[in-house]
Amino acid sequence: MNLVLAKNETGRALSDSFAIARDRLPGAGKVAEARSAAFDAYERTGLPHRRIEDWKYTDLRALMREVLPLADAPDAAALKRAAAAVKLQAIKGARALVLVDGVFVPKLSEVGGLEKGLTIRTLRDVLETGDATLQAQLFSPDNDNPMIALNSAMITDGVVIEIANGVVLKQPLQIIHVASTPAAVAMYTRSLLRLGRDAGATLVESYVAANGAKTYQAHDSLVVAIGDNSRLDHIRLVEDSRDAFNISSAVVTLGAHAHFNTFGMTSGAAVSRYQATITFAGEHSGVETNGVNLLNGRQHADTTLFMDHAVPHCTSREVFRAVVDDRGHSVFQGRIIVRPDAQKTDAKMMTRALLLSDEAEANNKPELEIFADDVTCGHGATTGALDESLLFYMRARGLPEKEAQALLIQAFVGEAIESIASDDLREVAIAAARRWLEARA
Amino acid sequence: MSLLEVKDLKVRVEDNEILHGLTLTVNPGEVHAIMGPNGSGKSTLSHVIAGKPGYEVTDGQILFRGEDLLEMEPDERAAKGVFLAFQYPVEIPGVTTWNFLHTALNAQRKARGESQLSSPEFLKKVREVAKSLNIPQDMLKRGVNVGFSGGEKKRNEILQMALFEPAVCILDEMDSGLDIDALRIAADGVNALRSPDRAMVVITHYQRLLNYIIPDFVHVMSKGRVVKSGGKDLALELEASGYTQFEDAA
Repeated sequence: MNLVLAKNETGRALSDSFAIARDRLPGAGKVAEARSAAFDAYERTGLPHRRIEDWKYTDLRALMREVLPLADAPDAAALKRAAAAVKLQAIKGARALVLVDGVFVPKLSEVGGLEKGLTIRTLRDVLETGDATLQAQLFSPDNDNPMIALNSAMITDGVVIEIANGVVLKQPLQIIHVASTPAAVAMYTRSLLRLGRDAGATLVESYVAANGAKTYQAHDSLVVAIGDNSRLDHIRLVEDSRDAFNISSAVVTLGAHAHFNTFGMTSGAAVSRYQATITFAGEHSGVETNGVNLLNGRQHADTTLFMDHAVPHCTSREVFRAVVDDRGHSVFQGRIIVRPDAQKTDAKMMTRALLLSDEAEANNKPELEIFADDVTCGHGATTGALDESLLFYMRARGLPEKEAQALLIQAFVGEAIESIASDDLREVAIAAARRWLEARA
Repeated sequence: MSLLEVKDLKVRVEDNEILHGLTLTVNPGEVHAIMGPNGSGKSTLSHVIAGKPGYEVTDGQILFRGEDLLEMEPDERAAKGVFLAFQYPVEIPGVTTWNFLHTALNAQRKARGESQLSSPEFLKKVREVAKSLNIPQDMLKRGVNVGFSGGEKKRNEILQMALFEPAVCILDEMDSGLDIDALRIAADGVNALRSPDRAMVVITHYQRLLNYIIPDFVHVMSKGRVVKSGGKDLALELEASGYTQFEDAA
């Protein structure tokens, strides 16, 4: 009974906040209809809880309790704080696209001098001024997932990137999400990346808090369409405030002969969930999706991947590592479906967790559903502690305990980081891992 | 002051007392051999000197240059100049030998209040050391001991010994797993590091190793004690008569 009550209470509060926010949410007509439908879908379940199988280990009703009110647009002081955070996070040579408290900020972004064939618009602009195709694509993620539905209802801004046929971007794109406000608020963003045929791009997504931002909720989503014979290299780094929530979704579709190399590292946020659905829509395509969770204190991080082999001759690799200290909790759920026609699928998934304390926890849930008969599929999972004999050897050579652990942890996550195809992105990921290790020492 | 003094050391592992009051004094420049049958406590002694967890010292002392070694963490002991060459060096996948040695050397230098070596400075130093010991440099690029042969692992231990320049080296069963050629190479490496400032404690089951590393003193251990000490000839005597006589004495 308590659960029903809780749902009603948070549900009502949220209905109010949706009603209040509605006037500030961009888009009318079809967009407004899509929002309402999404909100209704969300309201049917409310915050997901452990009795929903997909959320078994990440009970948002218990962890998050409520959805916070929509953040105000950042004022001058907020932008100043955000600018300092962007400076620390911006990758040299990348085109920064900055969202502060859920609002795109051209002043902090690099919006000029676009390479030929690259178009960047804000989500707000696309929702307000139309382009029915883009709008439809933006609302394509499935409202069956309550957190996607909530995001669809509330999105305020984001970046909509289109890369024309035959265009391979030289400059990486970096979407930087900055929370700048000390208020307990929520931000809702959605970005879209559409790669045409024979195209290529590198996308980095960074999530950070400016000085002073603490207890916020970042609700983000990314819609990606990779055209035939195109390639996307992607990394996402979650370094949010350790009191924050980060609930992100990605919906990725690949055409034929396409390639997607993606890597995620979560070292920030109190509670985070990254749910990605990757669908092979064209044959002879490949995906490498790799990730690392680096957790301590009472951090909770959930990576939930759904690899949909809908067509034949595609390859997918998932390598996931979790390093969990103190009372941290890492969750990896990997579902692979090989549909009846998807012969010659080659899908593998390997997860390993390293527990640094007795109270650390890691859950691995692989799910393979194979409906084709000529396929290669496999998964493996291990959980363990650091090897004491290795630690002693290293300490006998003069390494203090934390430094010895740091080298072993780097080696442990190294395998996932090594799978990042781009040298530059690999360096970015290594730097993020070092930041975590140094903060720990 | 002696370099290393082990005084009436009693050590237990869980409920079993392994060392029952062991005494050993090592001065700079000396090479001591500790011989004894399996289970006599030789490796326990080396582990306790290096600070391996899992051993309980119930009585006695270990002093290093007069300081209480047992109060120090393993890494502090290393920085002070205690080096244990492992009987079975471990493999550390994903950590290159190069990175490991650089990090370890700088950690030791930091603990001693010395400056950090940059990558080029370290490269120069490690290359010199490797060259002087005839160790191929490609070994440095590989994961620590990963896929190394028994001989390569021991050479890597000697490389570290040369690089860290410790004051006392404990060589735990250096000959185990080595054929005669590999043994000779390893022993040459050790001999090259003998110096008037540095002491060595060579732990071995067999006299064979002592043909290559000539000790100044030989101690026979049995059942957790030193039961006889003498010069290098004691090793030959043992080779002829075996350990049985000492087991009775203990």
